[in-house]
Amino acid sequence: MRAIMTVTSLDHVGIFAAVTTKLAELGVNILDVSQTLMDEYFTAIFLVDLGGSERSIQEVREAVREVEQRERLSIQLQSEEIFKAMHTI
Amino acid sequence: MDRTDSILETLRMIEEEKLDIRTVTMGISLLDCADQDGERARRKIYDKIVRHAARLVEVADGIQAELGIPIVNKRLSVTPIALVAGASGDADHVAFARTLDAAAAAVGVNFIGGFSALVSKGATPGERTLIDSIPEALATTETVCASVDVGSTRAGINMDAVARMGEVVRETADLTADRHGFGCAKLVVFANAVSDNPFMAGAFHGVEEPDVEVHVGISGPGVVKRALEGVRSAPLDVVAETVKKAAFKITRAGQLVGRLAAQRLGVPFGIVDLSLAPTAEVGDSVARILEEMGVERIGGHGTTAALAVLNDAVKKGGLMACSHVGGLSGSFIPVSEDIGMIEAVQLGAISLDKLEAMTAICSVGLDMVAVPGDTPAPILAAMIADEAAIGVMNSKTTAVRVIPAVGLGVGETLEFGGLLGRAPVLPVNRFGGTAFVSRGGRVPAPVHSFKN
Repeated sequence: MRAIMTVTSLDHVGIFAAVTTKLAELGVNILDVSQTLMDEYFTAIFLVDLGGSERSIQEVREAVREVEQRERLSIQLQSEEIFKAMHTI
Repeated sequence: MDRTDSILETLRMIEEEKLDIRTVTMGISLLDCADQDGERARRKIYDKIVRHAARLVEVADGIQAELGIPIVNKRLSVTPIALVAGASGDADHVAFARTLDAAAAAVGVNFIGGFSALVSKGATPGERTLIDSIPEALATTETVCASVDVGSTRAGINMDAVARMGEVVRETADLTADRHGFGCAKLVVFANAVSDNPFMAGAFHGVEEPDVEVHVGISGPGVVKRALEGVRSAPLDVVAETVKKAAFKITRAGQLVGRLAAQRLGVPFGIVDLSLAPTAEVGDSVARILEEMGVERIGGHGTTAALAVLNDAVKKGGLMACSHVGGLSGSFIPVSEDIGMIEAVQLGAISLDKLEAMTAICSVGLDMVAVPGDTPAPILAAMIADEAAIGVMNSKTTAVRVIPAVGLGVGETLEFGGLLGRAPVLPVNRFGGTAFVSRGGRVPAPVHSFKN
């Protein structure tokens, strides 16, 4: 399953490293990334493929919670379907 | 990724504008549970509901986690119980309501609709028994919702049923007097009731529906309001276009949830109901949309016109976004469940008369309206008759969910709590036309109903 992972936080060193390291540990493949800085907020959007991971989307969500707390991030993980449904005809 | 803006927009809708799926409702036919022996019928009903709905909550919760969009309610609708219980010849149908309540608790849903009778042209003995059982059924169960259809464009209005429903609302309020007539929050009196409505309290599973199916009711007034904030001072055709686009996106989310739910439950996907359903939370109000459009306060002059623009645009935007539209598909204006409506009542901006006028536009008319606790049955019946007339003459659904707030008067507020919110008591017109309603008989169907 392809999913969108959105990471937002106050900008600081190491956000990208922490998130991508965790995804690698979980066997989650990153297909695409975009990042912006909105005011002082860092926002990164990862398009990921959970196909190589043995975990369900809920389990991956649980597994990244530790990084989320340690790095003081806000992470959303949602199936790509919801975005495709709402924004394409 | 060029989709960054779209992704962030969706996240904002969910987090800030309270976009959610208001309900995933499973409709279950109980026609095959009818039995001469009431006890056996109830056993069959319980078993069938639990068999089909056992996984409903789990599946909906799974979809919520996967898509990251809240699915607020998981509910059931069943065949109008009068059709099933009638075969038993039981002297009252309260035991059937208790069975529905038990089945709903067993599968973990928060409401089950269908303690219903459709009597727009006349009532069978079973339907009369069910109607007589409504007050006790609602007073002694938690999750069961009742509805009665008293009129239709094809049949006219059954005024005997209208008069009786005035009494039933009154009796239900009195039997739940310890909670200021709370039972009436679970009772809807319809004209032109629809058989695939996923929203409570008026949901039931019509006889023309398949054995089992799932419907979705969307929400999202906050999303529409935010979109309109971007077109302040633009003309109304721009407003309509903006609402259409927002409604399209909201509805697509509903369509996706319904498709996944149907697939995973192994049942057909019924319809998406395009109603904008508010809650009493800040930022989730239909009233605020009309106020954003420029009506000073909902209930003020211009309200009906603004509601017409909104309702039509929501439908036009939603129609293209999903495979089958159904249910009530109009804006809901429940007084107690919309912070803007509650404020309008407190400020004296909205009256029962204006709510009745708004019924000409949206599907549910006097919805979650608290009236003085001593309002007599004939006046309640006359209010029902007025609403039914609007529905029957305009070929649309109308409904009355009015609560005589026992022990409370005008100026006091009835607190329901949770999704049901709170309702300041509205004054009723004391010139109730009681002799008119007590004539009984049938109001003939309007001439424009003869289309064959």
